Amino acid sequence: MNTYMTDDFRLKTGLAEMLKGGVIMDVTNVEQAKIAEKAGATAVMALERVPADIRKEGGVARMASIRIIHEIMEAVSIPVMAKARIGHFMEARVLEALGVDYIDESEVLTPADEEHHIDKKNFKVPFVCGARNLGEALRRIAEGAAMIRTKGEAGSGNIVEAVRHIRTIVKEMKQLTVLGKEELVHEAKNLGAPLELVEWVAGNGKLPVPNFSAGGIATPADAALVMQLGAEAVFVGSGIFKSEDPEARAKAMVKAATFFNDPVKLLEASEELGEAMRGLDVAKLPEGELLQTRGW
Amino acid sequence: MKTVGVLALQGDFEAHRNALERAGSRAVEVRTAAEMAQCDGLVIPGGESTTMLKLLENEGLLDPIQAFGREKPIYGTCAGAILLAREVSHPPQPSLELMDIAVERNAYGRQIDSRITKVQGEDGGELEAVFIRAPIIRRVGADARVLARYKGDPVWVEQGRHMVTTFHPELTADSSVHRRFVEKLS
Repeated sequence: MNTYMTDDFRLKTGLAEMLKGGVIMDVTNVEQAKIAEKAGATAVMALERVPADIRKEGGVARMASIRIIHEIMEAVSIPVMAKARIGHFMEARVLEALGVDYIDESEVLTPADEEHHIDKKNFKVPFVCGARNLGEALRRIAEGAAMIRTKGEAGSGNIVEAVRHIRTIVKEMKQLTVLGKEELVHEAKNLGAPLELVEWVAGNGKLPVPNFSAGGIATPADAALVMQLGAEAVFVGSGIFKSEDPEARAKAMVKAATFFNDPVKLLEASEELGEAMRGLDVAKLPEGELLQTRGW
Repeated sequence: MKTVGVLALQGDFEAHRNALERAGSRAVEVRTAAEMAQCDGLVIPGGESTTMLKLLENEGLLDPIQAFGREKPIYGTCAGAILLAREVSHPPQPSLELMDIAVERNAYGRQIDSRITKVQGEDGGELEAVFIRAPIIRRVGADARVLARYKGDPVWVEQGRHMVTTFHPELTADSSVHRRFVEKLS
């Protein structure tokens, strides 16, 4: 891990540390960003359309309009993140030049490269990447990601995939902790991940970067569930601004992320919320409509 | 052994717990007034000050923390320093007003302006300091004492039983700042 823990990497993971126990909210304009900040979001993710709309409308989903991201950066004092397409290192360069605080190399946008992710070590701005399992998480960290989030199934309003992914990552990490050195070499091969990172996880029982959850979180109980399973903070995409009362829901999600271990507080957070977003049965989605299978 | 509560509404409270244990204290997470009442001191961690402020307001914790601070030591890092300050700017926001300092939020710029550097202790020593979207302390009251500076600006300030840093000693291996806080516990 010594080759990873440079000052540069410590600063990148350091901001992720500051976001723990909080909610990062997808927003598409200044008005939504202000609602998110007022509700207590730790950061906002600026994008053109929330995943539920990307799913519905189709077409190529790209980095958001620079004008809108810039307006959001001017309007709120919390960190502003933005998404770049998988492998699109020039979208990432533009976002870095703009000065966003974090880039999400995201499967929610249409991938620009079907083989390669961005060489993230080569940037001063930190990156978060999605993962479905430990091998994928460690490959992204090897490329320089300073935060991992489960992919879940974005825009579905269905927590089942986020649960599957956080459970998978946590289980795979636990398994490594009981293996011998020679077994770790074999596991590194199976996981398709660098031995150095596999050994670090085996020794520490956790990822070397903060581990958040995303993809289908729609209710306070959903947020608490993934945090119980090991997520250290949550991203809420369509779940807030596709619900009946975004202000109340945003505030409730913030409360749930803090009090994920306190059912009475979760009950308070769940009262008087209005309707949640409409959910999708992920099992009935055609393979081609899944967002989580983008990236490797 | 004394117990320090780490306000765990949001932020890097886990790093603070570990740092306090390295400094020889017991540390527990605090999310309610009842949990706070069990503690001999309190750490307000780094994180987003706006998020913490909303949760403090919504959960009715502002008065209990102010009352706690009238009797027991509180140490705030970064967002915690913003919450303890008497005045907050860029933009202005309410605070606990337990220390006579004025703080400007995000004063170095955005994340690309975050840095790890050495700061000068007033005792002549040097400390490694991690600044993340850090505030700058623009004014220090007559009763407050500067313990370290970076480029001339105060980055570690003490006033009576309370203390703030605009950097994050919990993200370094050096526990001298946490040790100084633990020594304040009566």
